[in-house]
Amino acid sequence: MIGHPPGEPRRVAYLFVLPAFLVYAAFLLYPIGRAVHLSLYDWDGLSLGRWVGLANYAAIVADEGLRAAFGHALVLMAFYALAPLAIGLTLAAILNHAKVRGLGFFRTVVFLPQVVAMVVVAVAWRRVYAPDGTLNDLLGAVGLDSLTRGWLGDYTFALPAVGVVGTWFETGLVTVLLLAGMSRVPTELYEAARLDGASALREFFAVTLPSVRGEIAVALTLTVIAALRTFDLVYITTRGGPGDSTSVPSYEIYHRAFGLGQVGSAAAIGVTLTVAIFAISFVINRFADRGMS
Amino acid sequence: MISRGERLANYVILTAFAAFALFPILTIVLAALSPDDGAGPAGQGFSVAGLHVGNFGAAWEIGRFGTYLRSSLAVSLFVVVVSVVLSIMSGYAFGTMRFRGQSVLFYLFLLGIMMPSEAIAVPLYFDLRTLGMIDTFWSVALPQVALSVAFGTFWMRAYFRAANRAIVEAARIDGASVWRILWQVLVPPARPAIVTLTVLVFMWTWNEFLIPLIMVTSESLRTAPLGLAFFQGRHTSGFTLLAAGSVIVATPVVIFYLFLQRHFIRGLLQGAVRE
Repeated sequence: MIGHPPGEPRRVAYLFVLPAFLVYAAFLLYPIGRAVHLSLYDWDGLSLGRWVGLANYAAIVADEGLRAAFGHALVLMAFYALAPLAIGLTLAAILNHAKVRGLGFFRTVVFLPQVVAMVVVAVAWRRVYAPDGTLNDLLGAVGLDSLTRGWLGDYTFALPAVGVVGTWFETGLVTVLLLAGMSRVPTELYEAARLDGASALREFFAVTLPSVRGEIAVALTLTVIAALRTFDLVYITTRGGPGDSTSVPSYEIYHRAFGLGQVGSAAAIGVTLTVAIFAISFVINRFADRGMS
Repeated sequence: MISRGERLANYVILTAFAAFALFPILTIVLAALSPDDGAGPAGQGFSVAGLHVGNFGAAWEIGRFGTYLRSSLAVSLFVVVVSVVLSIMSGYAFGTMRFRGQSVLFYLFLLGIMMPSEAIAVPLYFDLRTLGMIDTFWSVALPQVALSVAFGTFWMRAYFRAANRAIVEAARIDGASVWRILWQVLVPPARPAIVTLTVLVFMWTWNEFLIPLIMVTSESLRTAPLGLAFFQGRHTSGFTLLAAGSVIVATPVVIFYLFLQRHFIRGLLQGAVRE
């Protein structure tokens, strides 16, 4: 809950908030309201729109292609959020526990993917996955030629291939966040566990994991939102293909509004995506709060 | 104490992961420095110690990255300066003052932190088109100011709430105005928080793809990531120049990050789980 700040009543506050609020209202609040409005119409962006009520939302449930897009977003969540969490917990536990050399270097390196523009990331991974690309070269070098393929053009492997890119760039963020949480755990807790004869694994589940609940919540919130918002990566690597095997909601928004001239439908997907993001963040943070108290 | 075997295993795991993190980046850097594999005469530039640095010049010319970097720089500079100043001001009000409607207003700003640009870009495009603002600097910059100001307000509010009340009171008793208290008393010690905010907003703005993709049609307004995407579509004969272009697009943020990463990661960690 947000309590009152310690300050005293001041009317001048409005003047300080006003400039930020004006830009915010004009370019964010108003457009989201307009998105809700547009989502109730069948509109091609040019002629007069036709009121269709909730039909665009009904289509998200009924339309197989759209359902698939939201399904793909769920698959991506496993790659963007769960895998980085599992790997990040391992890496952070190691870094926190063992006094390894080069901690600063390692932290800088794993965080680097977050900094590079997604378009560049996508170009690099396209190269890795190409039929004559680095991944196939590696597989060939270890004698697994039978596994080589054009990864992004493969109906079965295109979506996981996009997902692995998500794992690649979110793991560093998750690791750095968890490491911060773990370094705040008082060493006495570990010493107490040690005296009780706890194994390293027991210690991890009894001491480390409960102490980083807050960090896990932050990490999951950020990565789940990133999974739901995958646009640039899909736009550059697969454009939703092959078939619609990598279509995701944010790509559908773009494709429908500017490719197919279905602006109302695009707006409805945008609103649904926003609601999904709010709901998921709320649930994750609820869980974290409950765990704390 | 940790056994030798465990220590070795730790290093193996960390090295393996560092390699995984660096591998695609190295792929692109190495390709950018290798002999040109394109069909055209491009990239025949000079090389230093076997590294074909001439590729960067060729990509710069053919891909017109000079133009794209210039507009990226203009947009980023505008978005960073405006949104950081506006965020400091609103964060100050939310963090140190009490006023009617405060929590409602603050919740409104909080909504913006999670709002995906995918949801607002479509209605914005059609409304700005009606206003004749499509394909202008403002149609790229202002939506991004709005997105950044939401986070910035939240970020600076958290900082100012924790700031030292006694100094503020002392300054007030000395007769300093609210404006002076903000800029001369509160802002100087807030430098780390402001640096982190600046790096984040710069990173987000420089790397933003969807908003420029939708809003801009003229080449002179294309930002660097957008230019790279178009370059990829046009230039299909080889990977060398595309890789060189990618390096050109990524470098400004990477340099910025490497310079400030100590402060930046520390600030990020302090802010992330503060409340």
